[in-house]
Amino acid sequence: MWGTFQPSGGGTRMSEPVSRSQDMKPSVSHALCTLVLVLAALYAAFIYASTEMTMGEVQRIFYFHVSSAWTSFLGIFLVLLFSILSLLKGSRNWDIRAAAAAEVGAIFCSLVLITGPIWAKPVWGIWWTWDARLTSFFVLWLIYMGYLMLRRLVESPEQRARLSAVFGILGAMDVPIVYMANRWWRTQHPQPVIAGGENSGLDPAMRVALFVSLVAFTSLYFYLWRLRCSIEELQDSEEALHRRFQSMS
Amino acid sequence: MVHFLNQVGAILWKDILTEFRTKDAITSMLLFGLLVILMFHFAFEPDSLETEKYGPGLLWVTFIFAGMLGMNRTFAGEKENDNLQSLMLAPVNWGAIFIGKMLANLLFMLMAETVILFCFSIFFNVNLVPRLGWVALITFLGTLGFASAGTILAAVSMNTRMSDVMLPILFLPVALPAILGAVESTAAALTDPPGEALGFWLKFLVVYNIIFITLPLLLFDYVLEE
Repeated sequence: MWGTFQPSGGGTRMSEPVSRSQDMKPSVSHALCTLVLVLAALYAAFIYASTEMTMGEVQRIFYFHVSSAWTSFLGIFLVLLFSILSLLKGSRNWDIRAAAAAEVGAIFCSLVLITGPIWAKPVWGIWWTWDARLTSFFVLWLIYMGYLMLRRLVESPEQRARLSAVFGILGAMDVPIVYMANRWWRTQHPQPVIAGGENSGLDPAMRVALFVSLVAFTSLYFYLWRLRCSIEELQDSEEALHRRFQSMS
Repeated sequence: MVHFLNQVGAILWKDILTEFRTKDAITSMLLFGLLVILMFHFAFEPDSLETEKYGPGLLWVTFIFAGMLGMNRTFAGEKENDNLQSLMLAPVNWGAIFIGKMLANLLFMLMAETVILFCFSIFFNVNLVPRLGWVALITFLGTLGFASAGTILAAVSMNTRMSDVMLPILFLPVALPAILGAVESTAAALTDPPGEALGFWLKFLVVYNIIFITLPLLLFDYVLEE
């Protein structure tokens, strides 16, 4: 009966809690790498990239805004992927990964919705407009929140894994549809506030800053994601140990 | 295939029978829908121009709020006395349970919507008769998408601690494209002559329905599983 304390290979199923808990713990090199990248992104955004002519300093938020937007899309894609794997394999590992992907994705999605208006107010003169991209991120954020709320409100872990995976798949599939629907809708109505694509004619230094920022945010996303997964794994093994000691006494 | 359709028919018939013994879902959807229309009237007091502009949106907001009331009940009734357990033990394909439940929801929603639509046209003085064919088609397509996405999400939220609160939170973001398609096509159908956007949004609704009927059908087994 002490055998289950030994590390075992392969995935850990919910029904057989195993004490090996540090599968997903991010390595020190990943942490250092992320730190260097984030510092480089800060340098690139605030010092290296030149100040935008018309928008001024506030344009610098663009690098972090676009990077957060990219990671929140990455997040919902990972939720979709891990939800499908969780349903097919029925393993707790994939459920943990989907949940962590959603939590970290929700943070970045909130950042998009915070940084966007900060930039929009001085540039567009308004905090918000119902443009396709803005609306889609708002809906994406609501889907993230619904997913996380659903997870909190289901008691049994097995059921939580299945139900949240089902909603994760439906919600993730909804995001591109909402985006396309909004785009088609808006093309039929004149949209005065939005200029052409922001990427049209980006200064080379700005392009470098954006690229560094994208890489840094992606690395940060995966770092936080692994950290969140490892916390969940620790909680699982703590619970397993707790049950074991209870049954022994 | 015939066997599957028989199973769907049996589930649908069971739901129709239980519904018509109490008429709870339809009555509550209908009354709630009329109340929403009343609220709108007092909140906005629209004139005929405003009605033309906001009418389709008002109508679909009413449909979806009323519809959610009915969908919340789809599985609530099955939870009592462990009816769902016996339904799952019955020798039926679980996909048939989903389709049967979805069709029942669709039917009850359409019945309530027909009356709401009639009252809407009288209250706001909108003549629907020349466009009745289009309005019926749009109402059917829009409601089909709602019923399908709503049925699986009602099954998901049934298992949570706050089931009636969770359904709108999960369902409305997913239903959003269908609402947009339905409102836009209704607006296009009611202009004279029908707007060009009508065909586009009808196709959009069809695509939405295909996606949100196929996916729930594939996923429904995982929701029931215990």
